[in-house]
Amino acid sequence: MPVISFENVTKVYPLPAGDVVALAGVDLAIEEGEFVLIMGPSGSGKSTLLNIMGSLDVPTSGEVMIAEKRIGGMDDDDLTLLRRDHIGFVFQQFNLIPLLSVVENVEYPLILKGRQNGTRERAEEVLQAVGIEKTHFTHKPGELSGGQQQRVAIARALVNDPAFLLCDEPTGNLDSKTGTAIMTLLDRMNREEGKTVVMVTHDPRMTEYADRTIRLVDGRVEE
Amino acid sequence: MTFFDLARRNVVRHWLRSSLAVIGIVIGVIAIASLGIMGNSIGLMFGDMVSDVGDTLIVSPATGVGGGKLTERQVTDITRAVGSNVVIPFSSTGDRISVGDKESAAMIYAIPAGDIPSLLDVESGSYPKETGAGCLIGSQLAANSRDNGLKLGARVRLGDETLRVTGVLKERGMGFDINPDYAIIVPYSWYSSHYDEDDYDQVIVKVRNVDDIDAVKESIEQRMNRREDVVNVMDTRGILESIFEATGSITVFLAGIGAISLLVAGVSILNVMLMSVTERIKEIGVLRSIGTRRSEVMRMFIYEALVLGLAGAVIGGVLSFCAGYLVTAIFVGNADYLFDPTSLLYIVFGMAFGVITSVASGFYPAWKAAHLNPIQALRHE
Repeated sequence: MPVISFENVTKVYPLPAGDVVALAGVDLAIEEGEFVLIMGPSGSGKSTLLNIMGSLDVPTSGEVMIAEKRIGGMDDDDLTLLRRDHIGFVFQQFNLIPLLSVVENVEYPLILKGRQNGTRERAEEVLQAVGIEKTHFTHKPGELSGGQQQRVAIARALVNDPAFLLCDEPTGNLDSKTGTAIMTLLDRMNREEGKTVVMVTHDPRMTEYADRTIRLVDGRVEE
Repeated sequence: MTFFDLARRNVVRHWLRSSLAVIGIVIGVIAIASLGIMGNSIGLMFGDMVSDVGDTLIVSPATGVGGGKLTERQVTDITRAVGSNVVIPFSSTGDRISVGDKESAAMIYAIPAGDIPSLLDVESGSYPKETGAGCLIGSQLAANSRDNGLKLGARVRLGDETLRVTGVLKERGMGFDINPDYAIIVPYSWYSSHYDEDDYDQVIVKVRNVDDIDAVKESIEQRMNRREDVVNVMDTRGILESIFEATGSITVFLAGIGAISLLVAGVSILNVMLMSVTERIKEIGVLRSIGTRRSEVMRMFIYEALVLGLAGAVIGGVLSFCAGYLVTAIFVGNADYLFDPTSLLYIVFGMAFGVITSVASGFYPAWKAAHLNPIQALRHE
């Protein structure tokens, strides 16, 4: 059973000037443990594909299964819970919550799941696994470097033990050295922990980390 | 860490803006509470001034009949009409009095000596006898006249006769019937012979059971005003009720003015919250994308308004107490009214209103935040 599967998925944005077809019959399947790149020029439907994979959006037609759940016909709360429990988001701009300390940022998704014991311990464990030093746990995100912030964001994405990591240009805001370190971390999570990683990027150098690359052109998967 | 905690942190993060919003609520709470306390204290003050408990009917001659006096015969008729209730006829006048060589003027009430105890209480001394030349003096008159020797046992000259002060009355306060605190009370028979007068000015009827007051009033009117209006019967309970009604309206009016200022504070909270939402669109997008439900985002923002409201209400409550003290001490002249439960209730009322206004103002911004599209919110810069 694939972690993500698309069957003849279309997404149409109705605009006054005429409908815009962002996805035109996309079929794809991503299996557990894969490291998959999604590449394509701007306007190719990458963002739309990412939004639907992240269950932030639903398709106009076609069948989408994420973590063995059909997202067509889900309401907002169902989609939100799917994101919370099965998807780990990593953004280009890190997107940590400025009001929360490093460890609280990682703890946040656990708290969303309801009060339980050991959330702080779990958060600290994951932070250590991504290479954040204990002395940084109580800092605010703004006090860390970009690379450290992205590590914290990856810890936040991993803390709920999601079905897959969905990364949107995770190295886009980092210099090449830090970017490489982040890629090494994601690669390690994929190889050692068996985490499924789906990554949207412009950068052709990333192909060396990936098992395969899905190329999108004009809303279609180019074989 | 909870949603409440997050809300509290955001309030603290923008402390200047938050304090300004809180000041609005504080002013509103103080306005409601202190104006309410002021109105309420005015009511309490009237209540204290009017000593009558509302069990009194006052029968006075209808204008222009019999020279504005009630005859002995009419008093007897009234006595028959009211059954077992106490009837106290009296006359009053003002005259010059002198104690030793000091002259002054005083109000004089003449009441049959036997009826005085049922109307007035003596503080010291005893009641005068019907036949003797004794009199009672009011408490304020006694207090103000220490210098000129008008006290228990003193001799007062009224015209060419002398009265001995047999007793000093207890303070009674302002009444609808008689106001004896500044007056001299003489037995009616002495008054009758001194002023050569047989009629009475008014009749006081003390009704034993307050519930009978309307029936007794009716009975007097039926008996006395059969052909034409001979007497007017005044019902003190009705007067008291209309006074309390009036002070109640004043209180509501004053508190209403306070409520307007709280409404303004509510608008400022609305503004602050809308600003907070607009600034945090991206953050809301992140929260939503990593699995925060709409209801949870909404709660976070409602809590923010609640934190502002609670802070405003608590500070406002404490300051209202001080403001209430000033208002009662300066405008009403008796700070004790502040400690009356009905006054303190206005502080609680003001605080509750402050919290409710804040939360109500936070509702729309919270709803707006919760219903942002997560994809667009994430893309927002």
